[in-house]
Amino acid sequence: MSESAGKTVTRVDLCEAVYQKVGLSRTESSAFVELVLKEITDCLERGETVKLSSFGSFMVRKKGQRIGRNPKTGTEVPISPRRVMVFKPSAILKQRINKNGAAS
Amino acid sequence: MIKSELVQCISEHNPHLYQRDVENIVNAILDEIVAALARGDRVELRGFGAFSVKHRPARSGRNPRTGAHVPVEQKSVPFFKTGKEMRERLNREDGGGSGAAT
Repeated sequence: MSESAGKTVTRVDLCEAVYQKVGLSRTESSAFVELVLKEITDCLERGETVKLSSFGSFMVRKKGQRIGRNPKTGTEVPISPRRVMVFKPSAILKQRINKNGAAS
Repeated sequence: MIKSELVQCISEHNPHLYQRDVENIVNAILDEIVAALARGDRVELRGFGAFSVKHRPARSGRNPRTGAHVPVEQKSVPFFKTGKEMRERLNREDGGGSGAAT
């Protein structure tokens, strides 16, 4: 319930986790964190979906052109067609977050 | 691509490691992200994106079939925001964004 935590986990923490659990050097652990992210990114860039069981999937969606508005001035601005990435969390991930986040 | 394919792909570039080790690396990374979110922390990966947890208050829902009121408890949901560099990479001229770069 207490919302005070608010810590931010970064690459450094992921490297530390790999270092602790797998037993590679810190340099190598850090290189692998980068490599994993790079492989996922490359895959998405090709438009492919990345499914990571018990975690979730990343997919790329194509958005058509639409008219947007500058909220400050109210002028209409065309928004070009683009590709966006979406993350769909797995049921397991959602469950894990609710177990600890709120009262179980 | 699924997790096993990701593991295989990384293993091919790193013949000095067993595939099982690579699997442990990938799992260690994912587990760390999940653990952080379960604690209510944020995970920020520059160039890739950021994971955070959003809280949804309790509300009164309806069974769409019967129309009956159903109380929905408060819950927390994982949320992902794409990073700037990732967004740009998805929309490069040669990336399938059909030449709509700015």
